[in-house]
Amino acid sequence: MLYLLAPRLIPILAFLLLPLVLGTYWQKVFLSVAVFALLAISWDILAQSGMISLGQALFFGLGAYCSGVLNHTFGWHPLLALPAATLLGGLIGTVCLLPVLRLRGVYFSMVTLIIPLMLVRIVEATKIFGGTEGLSGIAPLPSKWLELYLIVGVLLGALFGFRRMFNSDYGLVLKGIKDNDRSVTNAGINVYWFKTQALFIASSIGALAGAFMTHVYMFVGMPVFALDYSILPIAAAVVGGPGTLAGATLGAVILVPLSEALRGIGGLRIVFYGCFLVVFIVALPEGIFHYVQRKYHQFERWVEVE
Amino acid sequence: MMAAAALLRVDSLYKTFGGILAITDLSFELAEGELLGFIGPNGSGKTTAVNLITGFVKPSQGAVIYRGRDITGLAAHAVVRLGISRTFQMVRPFYQLPAYKNMIIPLYSPRVKQLAGGRYGDRDAVALDLLEEVGFERDAQVAYKSAAALPQGYLKRLELAKAMALKPDLIILDELFSGLSLAEVASIVPIIEKLRKEGKTIIMIEHRLKELFRIADRVVVLNYGQKIAEGRAEEVMASEDVRKAYLGVEA
Repeated sequence: MLYLLAPRLIPILAFLLLPLVLGTYWQKVFLSVAVFALLAISWDILAQSGMISLGQALFFGLGAYCSGVLNHTFGWHPLLALPAATLLGGLIGTVCLLPVLRLRGVYFSMVTLIIPLMLVRIVEATKIFGGTEGLSGIAPLPSKWLELYLIVGVLLGALFGFRRMFNSDYGLVLKGIKDNDRSVTNAGINVYWFKTQALFIASSIGALAGAFMTHVYMFVGMPVFALDYSILPIAAAVVGGPGTLAGATLGAVILVPLSEALRGIGGLRIVFYGCFLVVFIVALPEGIFHYVQRKYHQFERWVEVE
Repeated sequence: MMAAAALLRVDSLYKTFGGILAITDLSFELAEGELLGFIGPNGSGKTTAVNLITGFVKPSQGAVIYRGRDITGLAAHAVVRLGISRTFQMVRPFYQLPAYKNMIIPLYSPRVKQLAGGRYGDRDAVALDLLEEVGFERDAQVAYKSAAALPQGYLKRLELAKAMALKPDLIILDELFSGLSLAEVASIVPIIEKLRKEGKTIIMIEHRLKELFRIADRVVVLNYGQKIAEGRAEEVMASEDVRKAYLGVEA
């Protein structure tokens, strides 16, 4: 029983207890971990449904701006702006990508890469939403603890909830679209409608992450569409092991603090970081989670034999 | 002939792929409960014709009428919902999944839900029943094996079971027998005959003429995208054009 429970219990307890023991600085890093884990989960949901996104920053940025504008311009309370921005950002993100849903593989990816870059230029050129200055003075969430446990709750909920979804028959259809969409179409299932649903789910998760960060920084501006928010979630999912959501989370847990720890060495940080990624991908191409999972199940067999 | 009872009517269908005529002026009718064979040399347009009927490819010209309704240009998933289901020549199952889990996607079809009165029911159980029907021995638990571990014969049966899961009125089998041994074909034929008894209408694309002629009511012969003959098997094979297409000029 413990054998089955431990892989779920340990991460849950770790996420729940860590904020209590961390200092203020590392609490901020912890928030960052959770946000990038959500972006990586969002990426993985799209990837499992056959859409490789290079533009998680699109969802992140849309959520960030939605929450920022709702709070700054319309004076909505953060706790109201946050869920509203999640849905609104998710909706806009879905609509943005709807026309290219029919594109496959690298063509879809290219479009996702371009759209956030385009939006940055639109904000810059039209000076809407504060233009290059951004919107500052956005209200933070009521308390630090609420902030920490809200994002932990959302992360754990997303992780286990969407893992369950992918293990259901509905999830099987989504994964079927990735493997062989012709075969899914041949079941009378509208592939594009299912892809749209997956896109909305992923888009909303990304938007939530962005909206959350807006209230943490009390600021929203053009950097929310930065490439970091697109690339790091992919790195996390790849290092952690794509296709499981848990791998994506694990990847974020490793990469984000590593990136922070390397801050001390200044400009060489990116070099070390890059080397780490390369070594990792060469040595463990399946990702950590798949490797650990396999070893863990082998461990059970050793016990049985003795 | 049988115009009133026609389940499917293909009316002067054309398809060009960048200037190449894949299908030229294809017309035929199919009565309810009939088994129509579709034969012709490789590249003669048989699969393209099926793709046009099932909406996977849009015709350049012409019409496909199903149950008196024009379904030309309808999306492939919508055609399936009307009761036309097909198999693919190249089987591409989800290899990492057990055979019965491969059945989940067709059983998730809106058509299945609609026919069952808005409820899906236990998909795993239905999947296992269907697989048994096509010859997955239940005692040997073949249905629980991953698709990657199954021989071609079982993969073809799986493909057939997936089509049957949709409870179609018209089933189109694209070279179901290709790559199978004589014994395997012989074991699948009774399944097809059973489907006929249930009143299903069937189109079979086949290269295994001997086996096909034994069960087909009528055959349509294609060559270079054109229908060169249509009729009962022996009539068609007596035609000079058909012999030329199959055996070369000197025949």
